[in-house]
Amino acid sequence: MPVIEYIDAIRQAMKEEMERDEDVFVLGEDVGLKGGVFTTTKGLQEQFGEQRVLDTPLAESAIAGVAIGAAMYGMKPIAEMQYSDFMFPATNQIISEAAKIRYRSNNDWTCPIVIRAPIGGGIFGGLYHSQCPESVFFGTPGIKIVAPYRAYDAKGLLKAAVRDPDPVIFFENKKCYKLILGDVPDEEYIVPIGKANVLREGDDITVISYSMPLHFIEQAAAELANEGISAHILDLRTLQPLDKEGILEAVRKTGKVLIIHEDNKTGGVGAEVSAIIAEELLYELDAPIMRLCGPDVPAMPINPPGEKFFLLNKEKVKEAMRQLALY
Amino acid sequence: MTQSASTGQNVRHSELGLSDEQAIDMYATMVTARKFDERMLLLQRAGKINFHVSGVGQEVAQVAAAFALDRETDYYLPYYRDYGFVLAVGMTLRDLLLSVFAKAEDPNSGGRQMPGHFGSKKLRIVTGSSPVTTQVPHAVGIALAAKMKKKELVTFVTFGEGSSNQGDFHEGCNFAGVHKLPVIFMCENNQYAISVPIHKQLSGKVADRALGYGFPGLQVDGNDALEVFRVVKEARERAIAGEGPTLIEALMYRISPHSTSDNDLAYRTKEEVDLNRAKDGIPKYKQYLIDSGIWNEEQEAELQAQIRKLLDEATAYGDNAPFPTPESTLLHVYADDAEQGGKQ
Repeated sequence: MPVIEYIDAIRQAMKEEMERDEDVFVLGEDVGLKGGVFTTTKGLQEQFGEQRVLDTPLAESAIAGVAIGAAMYGMKPIAEMQYSDFMFPATNQIISEAAKIRYRSNNDWTCPIVIRAPIGGGIFGGLYHSQCPESVFFGTPGIKIVAPYRAYDAKGLLKAAVRDPDPVIFFENKKCYKLILGDVPDEEYIVPIGKANVLREGDDITVISYSMPLHFIEQAAAELANEGISAHILDLRTLQPLDKEGILEAVRKTGKVLIIHEDNKTGGVGAEVSAIIAEELLYELDAPIMRLCGPDVPAMPINPPGEKFFLLNKEKVKEAMRQLALY
Repeated sequence: MTQSASTGQNVRHSELGLSDEQAIDMYATMVTARKFDERMLLLQRAGKINFHVSGVGQEVAQVAAAFALDRETDYYLPYYRDYGFVLAVGMTLRDLLLSVFAKAEDPNSGGRQMPGHFGSKKLRIVTGSSPVTTQVPHAVGIALAAKMKKKELVTFVTFGEGSSNQGDFHEGCNFAGVHKLPVIFMCENNQYAISVPIHKQLSGKVADRALGYGFPGLQVDGNDALEVFRVVKEARERAIAGEGPTLIEALMYRISPHSTSDNDLAYRTKEEVDLNRAKDGIPKYKQYLIDSGIWNEEQEAELQAQIRKLLDEATAYGDNAPFPTPESTLLHVYADDAEQGGKQ
């Protein structure tokens, strides 16, 4: 099976979906000739032409709004936000429009768009090139949110997002782009939206996470195994709708749960996961629900000690996992 | 009402390509919209409905613009005062009354949205929301899609002059200008954004902004039906010829308060309203039709009686129609409702 970079998996998904369906097109800032500031769309304009790989004016609300209009007409646009930090001007279009079009028209109009936006820090991006804005959109019914951590899921989830009849936000992790390599089969496949994935079977503690921190968790779990701590790891993959059954099943396995994400703690996805567990499984737990998240500061600083302090890493994750195991 | 009846001096509508029937139909639609509006005010005052937002004073431009479009192919993104417009592109009084009473059969939203939030895929009226101007980029996106699919159509989007201050107006116009898309932007400048008068909203003209977007912008007297028809028709011809968008600023006056919850005399005088009521385009257009020899008071009385009957029927129908079931509140969040997170 070929081993490719996470960013290549995203590009392959777009390329294959555009080959499959001529209504699929990409629009955003610098996506055309330049191939994106991260090279995510490199080569696509060459293959599909300027119309289907459209360089737009620098105006995020129009990128989202124009994509929404095209989707209502019957197209399948993939709108790129250069950084998720810059998608806030498009928030009204995403929350007031895309999320509500099917509902407000009583199923008459639909809005099958994909909004791709890179999240996460660790690239010395400072406050406005590092954020994880999941919680801003999470909890808005009508949109789906996915956040893959490896190449296989990035490709399979993006293909599923393009084919989905409803709006999907695809949060890709920019730290993963070149750092994460993984097996991606040559043959066609889809990763279904709404299904969490068990990455490691274990008996002592359950760790639930998504996106980049899962790499730290997997490394930490391998090391903790040598200490006799067996970790069960669940990748949410889809943040909305959450795979409730998958979450409960993973927690039942061990009775101890740690939820980890880079987005700040208060009001984050982990809070909802925690509430679901508390509602359904409180008396089956052997320890209080634990969370390890970014601190509640506006965003991470650019100075290296500050960025390191803000971000999760293998050691922080391992320590939290050990603490829970020892509880 | 035949072609040959047109014997008067006024032949402006014929020169513009409107048959006598169409010219009369245009008038009948304006009057229908006005009568609808007046009836809604009565229903609200009688406690039958909670709320009404009015389009009185704006029907002439709305209806004339609609008649200048291709009502078989074009896409429309009206704003919340556009009762005249949607009636002209195929929505019925019954449809509007079902919306006013928020009934299950309402084609706009199944009784979910406030009245004035139009939508009908069948009629190519694109579903709208309340945060103003979000529809402008949508109009651009549909025009972009049509261009990509090589379909010959234009998108027509309206908004108030207050809305012209939103970022989505600028972002949408700019995008359409760059890609020379077949969009007609029509600002219904009714002089007020709820209570804020024009001089506190704009220090220039909306139409002049088109210069910065690289396409024509023009002002038109929104009370002059045939002039509005002409400029929209020309804008459509330009769009279809691949010459790109046009920005039209139709000047008019919001004769009614903003809504039934608004006391407009707190911020404007009765004299000002009366002065503008005298400029109302509907009686002016009626006089034109009479002067053209294709309309008379007998026909007028017939029309008024007919509209009254239709309104009575539509009101009774809307009033008696069933509400959506309470549980239907949970439907249509996603294509597959089982995916709804909040569903118990």
